[in-house]
Amino acid sequence: MRFGLFALLVSALALGQVSTPTPERQQALLDLLHQDCGSCHGMTLQGGLGPALLSSALAGKSEAMLAGTILNGRPGTAMPPWSRFLSREEADWLVTQLKYNPPRFNDATRP
Amino acid sequence: MRNFIRFFSGRYPIGLVLLAVLSQTLLAEPRGTGDIGLVVERATGNLTAINTTSRRAVGKITGLGDLSHASLVYSPDERYAFVFGRDGALTKVDVLENKIVKRVEQAHNSVGGAISQDGRLIATSNYDPGGVRVFSAETLEKVADIKAEYGEGQLARVVGLVDAPGQKFVFSLFEAGEIWTADLHDPKNPKIQKFKAGKEPYDALISPEGRYYIAGLFGEDGLALLDLWNPDAGIRKIVPEYAKDDPKLPVFKMPHLEGRALIGDYWFLPAVGHHELLVIDRREWKVVRKIALDGQPVFVIPRPDERQIWVNFALPDNDRLDVIDTRDLAVVRRLTPGKAVLHMEFTPKGQEVWVSARDDDRVLVYDTENFRELARLPADKPSGIFFTSRAHRLGL
Ligand code: HEC
Repeated sequence: MRFGLFALLVSALALGQVSTPTPERQQALLDLLHQDCGSCHGMTLQGGLGPALLSSALAGKSEAMLAGTILNGRPGTAMPPWSRFLSREEADWLVTQLKYNPPRFNDATRP
Repeated sequence: MRNFIRFFSGRYPIGLVLLAVLSQTLLAEPRGTGDIGLVVERATGNLTAINTTSRRAVGKITGLGDLSHASLVYSPDERYAFVFGRDGALTKVDVLENKIVKRVEQAHNSVGGAISQDGRLIATSNYDPGGVRVFSAETLEKVADIKAEYGEGQLARVVGLVDAPGQKFVFSLFEAGEIWTADLHDPKNPKIQKFKAGKEPYDALISPEGRYYIAGLFGEDGLALLDLWNPDAGIRKIVPEYAKDDPKLPVFKMPHLEGRALIGDYWFLPAVGHHELLVIDRREWKVVRKIALDGQPVFVIPRPDERQIWVNFALPDNDRLDVIDTRDLAVVRRLTPGKAVLHMEFTPKGQEVWVSARDDDRVLVYDTENFRELARLPADKPSGIFFTSRAHRLGL
């Protein structure tokens, strides 16, 4: 996992395309969001130990601040820093998705 | 004679219908549920029923909603499971028939639940609205609503809810830093006792005999201990000193305390934010040893005969399982079941362990004596695994 990510970062840098993650990487980021961020924020991001990350909840919050929170965490709270797993660009991409293109969660789960 | 023929044919072949029903009842093998388990498939909102004797999937129950962080408890007859969904739904599932019996949306955001000592009440542990709600196990009708009020009418999120002897539920209030006990002898009028516990209790366990309730604290070092045989003594803060020297690492997944590894006089507990297991002597509640690991432990579960302890890990080390031999406290085996190993469950006598590997979409069965893989079952993003034998264990 760590090495795979590292390799991906290196190859992305080598190609000079760091702004938008590849489609595969986007899928991996969304999986991370639902599964691993989801263990605190809820798999459908409606909140848990961490607050809701729904677009309505994040409206009005600065993107730089939110991306900074993802990368550096919030000391003194349960929010950990994700910089060893995510690049700046990937955090920005996640914030954009959360705010403007809320990942719709598999509707099949609704009873 | 003509009547007899009409009985089996014609527009209303009542006889045939009766025969069909009768043969169904007569041919269906009666069976027990003692070797049945449920695997939570968190992404699709399904449960897969498995049989630990045949090591096969034997049923699928669909439509349970958001099952991230879902858990479940069993009725005393091991026939029904009560499933606590993240979205606040409480679902009663028949594990003989593999179907949903009843489902209520009881809160907006929920994190688990418990079944009372007598099996008649189900309690849910809710984040929103913060509190505990109590339901009839039979009908899922609400019988009590315990609001987790603190400060000036705020509601705290409730974690670490367990059942305890004396028809009690015990739980912790994250923001309030409190532990409450609720006596439900009179279900409509729960008797509540409140204790100051410490900063941000995040999960808790009850010792297997039901005497000690121990809450892990996120906001400070150490654990809060309540002796339920002697509640008037209040909370005792234990092992606050364990992490003074080395700084805490970021925690990518909160440890779970439910494994409650108590072996002889020693508790084995995950240290939050450290690559360690703490070994605590329960006679003095002191850390007597730390077992160094290569990751942050999440579940720490003893094999039922106590000869081994199995540990899984938080990101980025969540592709492994370590097995500790309790004779010398050394890691004797490392297994790599797959990506994102979320949970493991032992058969009641411990000869096998079932393990979920979420990101590889599979459940693996290991022989715990020689660590051979015995079976591998496909499952959709599996997380928790729950065997019916939990029905008879306090606090699970
Ligand atoms: C171990 C628990 C935990 C995990 C895992 C976690 N978070 Fe958080 N997160 C929190 C908590 C708690 C807060 C609130 C911190 C505070 O009180 O300010 C938070 C806050 C945030 C915020 C700020 C929200 C706001 O309204 O200001 C963002 C954005 C966020 N998290 C994103 C993520 C992402 C993305 C991931 C996964 C890569 C993640 N979190 C994983 C616990 C967690």
